[in-house]
Amino acid sequence: MSQPLSEIVDRADTLYNDIDLAQVRATKERTGHRAVGYMPIYVPREVVHAAAILPVGLMGAGDRIEVIRGDAYFQSYICQIPRSTIELALTGRLDCLDGCLFPSICDVIRNLSGMWQLLFPGKYTRYVDVPQNYERAVGGRYWEEELRHLARDMGELSGHAVRDDELRASIDVYNRNRRLLGELYRLRAEEPWRVPTWEAYLVVRAGNVLPVEEHSRMLEDYLAAARSADRPPRDQSRVVVVGSFCEQPPLGLLKTLERAGCFIVGDDLVLGARWIEGDVSLEGDPFRALSDAFLTRSVSTASRYEATAPKGQSLISTVRRTHAEGVVFCAPSFCDPALLEQPMLEQALDREGIPYTAFKYAENLGQFQVIREQAGTFADSIKLWSEP
Amino acid sequence: MSEPARKEPSMEKQKDMIAGHFRRLAAAKESGKKVVYTFVPGNLTELLLAFDVLPVLPEINALQSGMRQLSGKYIAEAEKRGHSEDVCTYVKCDIGMLKSGNIGPTGEKLPEPDLLLLSYTGCFTFMKWFELLKQEYSCPVAMLHVPYQGDGTITREMRSYVVDQLRSEVIPKLEAVTGRRYDEAALQEKLALSARAEDDLVWVLQSAKHRPSPIDAYFGGVYYIGPMFSSFRGTGDGVEYYRMLRAEVQSRLDRGEGPVTPDGPMGKERYRLVVEGPPNWTSFREFWKMFHSEGAVVVASTYTKVGGVYDLGFRHDPARPLETLADYCLGCYTNLNLPTRVGLLERYVREYGADGFLIHSIKSCNSFSAGQLLILRELEKRTGLAGGFVESDLVDPRYFSPANVKNRLESYFQMIEQKRGAGAAEARA
Repeated sequence: MSQPLSEIVDRADTLYNDIDLAQVRATKERTGHRAVGYMPIYVPREVVHAAAILPVGLMGAGDRIEVIRGDAYFQSYICQIPRSTIELALTGRLDCLDGCLFPSICDVIRNLSGMWQLLFPGKYTRYVDVPQNYERAVGGRYWEEELRHLARDMGELSGHAVRDDELRASIDVYNRNRRLLGELYRLRAEEPWRVPTWEAYLVVRAGNVLPVEEHSRMLEDYLAAARSADRPPRDQSRVVVVGSFCEQPPLGLLKTLERAGCFIVGDDLVLGARWIEGDVSLEGDPFRALSDAFLTRSVSTASRYEATAPKGQSLISTVRRTHAEGVVFCAPSFCDPALLEQPMLEQALDREGIPYTAFKYAENLGQFQVIREQAGTFADSIKLWSEP
Repeated sequence: MSEPARKEPSMEKQKDMIAGHFRRLAAAKESGKKVVYTFVPGNLTELLLAFDVLPVLPEINALQSGMRQLSGKYIAEAEKRGHSEDVCTYVKCDIGMLKSGNIGPTGEKLPEPDLLLLSYTGCFTFMKWFELLKQEYSCPVAMLHVPYQGDGTITREMRSYVVDQLRSEVIPKLEAVTGRRYDEAALQEKLALSARAEDDLVWVLQSAKHRPSPIDAYFGGVYYIGPMFSSFRGTGDGVEYYRMLRAEVQSRLDRGEGPVTPDGPMGKERYRLVVEGPPNWTSFREFWKMFHSEGAVVVASTYTKVGGVYDLGFRHDPARPLETLADYCLGCYTNLNLPTRVGLLERYVREYGADGFLIHSIKSCNSFSAGQLLILRELEKRTGLAGGFVESDLVDPRYFSPANVKNRLESYFQMIEQKRGAGAAEARA
C-alpha cells in the first residue's frame, strides 16, 4: 500500500526544519559513515557518495533561527545565507559534518570557504572551482583533475578510496534521483494543482539530508501519492520563478505566491540537485563521464558562463516548455549573480513579449503581504490582459 | 572650491602618459588600432601589446568617473534601466557611461571594443559585467577563467589550465581580431620590460618601511604609484616612469621627507597604518585628507596589489612567457584566499612597523568585503593591535558619509594614541 501524501509531506517538513541535522547524525550512527556538507549550487555529489560519505546540502537556516553571532561576521550589505550558515556552525549544529565543500557561485560563498578555514582549522574544507571553459581538452581536463583530487581527498577522509566501479555505481544512483526529480517537475508543469510547489520543494529539499537512495524512494512515494490524490484542477496563472538558486526563499513566500494566484511551473530552487540535465554516462572512465556531463549538459544559470547561447534562451525555453504565462524574478537581496543577470533576462523576455515581475527577499523574511499583493496583481494581469 | 592638487614630476608624467593613452584610444578607429576591453586583475597587457592593440580597463574608467563626480548620474542611469541598487557600482557606472555616450575621462568618446577579454580573476562580477557588455557590442568575447587559490597555492593543474586557455581561446581570438600571428619574441620583449619596471615598483612600495615613510602606499599608491602599471607595463615608458619615480622617492628619503599629498607635503608622521580594501573615489581627496591632516600615513595596502603582488617576489619571466602570465593572473590579490590575505596583512603590519590597520569596507565589492570582519578579528589576535573599520563605496556618492567616516577615523587615531600612552606608562612603571 502506498504511503499517504500527508505522511510524506510531514516527513519532508520535519527534515526541512531539522536545522540541528538530527537526521544526518542518525544516518552517521547507523552506517558508521562520515558526512560532508556542501553549499549551493553544484558539487559532484557522486564523488562524495562513492567514498562512502554522506553529502549534506547546506542552505542556510531560513527563518528558523535567530542569527546573532553570524551577523557579527558580515556587513549589512552581504546576503543572508552566509550569516545563518556561520550561525549554524558556531552554535554547534554542524558539528556532525566532517568537512565542507564550497562551490564557485559568487565571491561571498568563495570567501566563506576561507572563513571556514580560519574558523574551523580541524575540518576538511575545499573550494570547488568548476570550470568556466567548456572545451574538453581545456576546461574538461582541468575539471577531471579537480574531480580526481576531490576523490582522493574524500577517500582519505573516509578511509575508503574511490574505485571506478563504485563511482559508476554512485553515478547510477544519482541518475535515478535526477530522473525522479525530472518526473516531479514534469508532473507539476502538467498538472500543477496536483503538486503545490511548497510540497514539491519540501520533498526535493529532503534530498539535502537523506541518503540519495532513501530520497529517491521518497520521490517515488510522493509521485505516486500526488498522482492519485483527489485535488481538483484550478485556474491560476502559470509562472516560472527565477533567481532563487542559492539562498532559498522562506517556505511562506512560496505558499504566498501560490495563494496569490500563481502556479509555479518552473523554478531554480535547489538547483544543484538538477544541475546535470539527463543521465551521466555509465560507460568508460567515470571521472571523464562526470566531466563531460558538466561540460555539455549543465543547466543554464547566472553563475555559469555560457559562451554561445544567447542570454535568456534557456529561460524562454522553460517558459515555452512549461506553458508558463509569466516570469517572477525572485532573488535574494545582495545576490550578485541573480541581480546582475536579471536585466539581461528581462531584455530577453521583453523581446519575446513575456510578462514578468520582480522582488527580492531574504531567507528569514517574515512579512509577505507586499509580495502577496504584487504577485496577486501580476497573476490577475496575466489572466485579464494576456492574449488567449 | 578646493585648490588645485600639488603634483610631483612623476605625477605629471603619469598624467601625460594616461592622457596620451586616451588620445590614442579616441583616434583608434582612424588609426586602425584594435581595441580590447579587459580588467585590471589578471590583465594580459604584455600579450595585448605584442598584438599591438590598445587596452581599455572599465574599472579605471569607472573610478575616473568617480573622481570627476560623474559616477552618480551614471549609476542612476543604470538603475533606471533595471540594474539593482545592491550590485557593484563599477558595473553600473560603466553601463551608465555607455548609455550616456561612452565619453571617457578626458572628454573624448571611447572606441567600441573589437574584443572583450574577460580575465575572470578573483572577482565574480567581472563575468557578469562583460556578459552585460556583450549585449551592447557585436564583438567576440575571450573568456579566461583563472582558478581561485582556494588552498592558498598555485598547482601545476591550475597553471596548465590557464596556459591552455591562453593557447586555445585568448591568442586565437587576438589573432582573428588583429590579423596578426602570435609573436612570442615580441611578448618576451614586453615581459622583460615589465620585470624591469616591477623591480623599481617594489623598491618604491618598500620605501615605506623607512621612518618617515616617503610615500603613502594607499592613496599615493592608487593615485600615481600603481594605476598606470596596468596599462603601461611592458613598455619603455613604463620602465622610464618607475625609474623616475624611484629617483624622486630616493631624494625624499635622503631629505627625510614624508609623502606628497594633493595639499602639499605631509606634516609630521604620527600614525603608520596598513589598509585593506579599495578606496572611495568620489571623495578621494577628502578621504585622503582625513588621514594626512592627522599625520596618518598608509605604509602598505592591499588594493595596490589587485594588479599583482610583486612584493612577494613575483616578476614576469620572459623565459616562460605564457606560464608567467598564468602565474601573474593566479597570484593577484583578489585571487588569494582569506587565510593568505590575513597572512599578508599580518606581514605588512610587522614589516612596515605599523601602529594599526584599517579596513575600508566597500558596499559593492563582495570580493574584498565578504570576510573582512573576520580578517579584522584575526589580525587583532595575531598582531595585538586594534583594527579600525570604516565603510563606504567605490563610486556611488550616496554611500560616502564624510562626517561618519571622519568621526570613526579620529576615534581610531585617538585609540592608537591612548594605547601608546598606556604602553609608555607601563614601560615607566
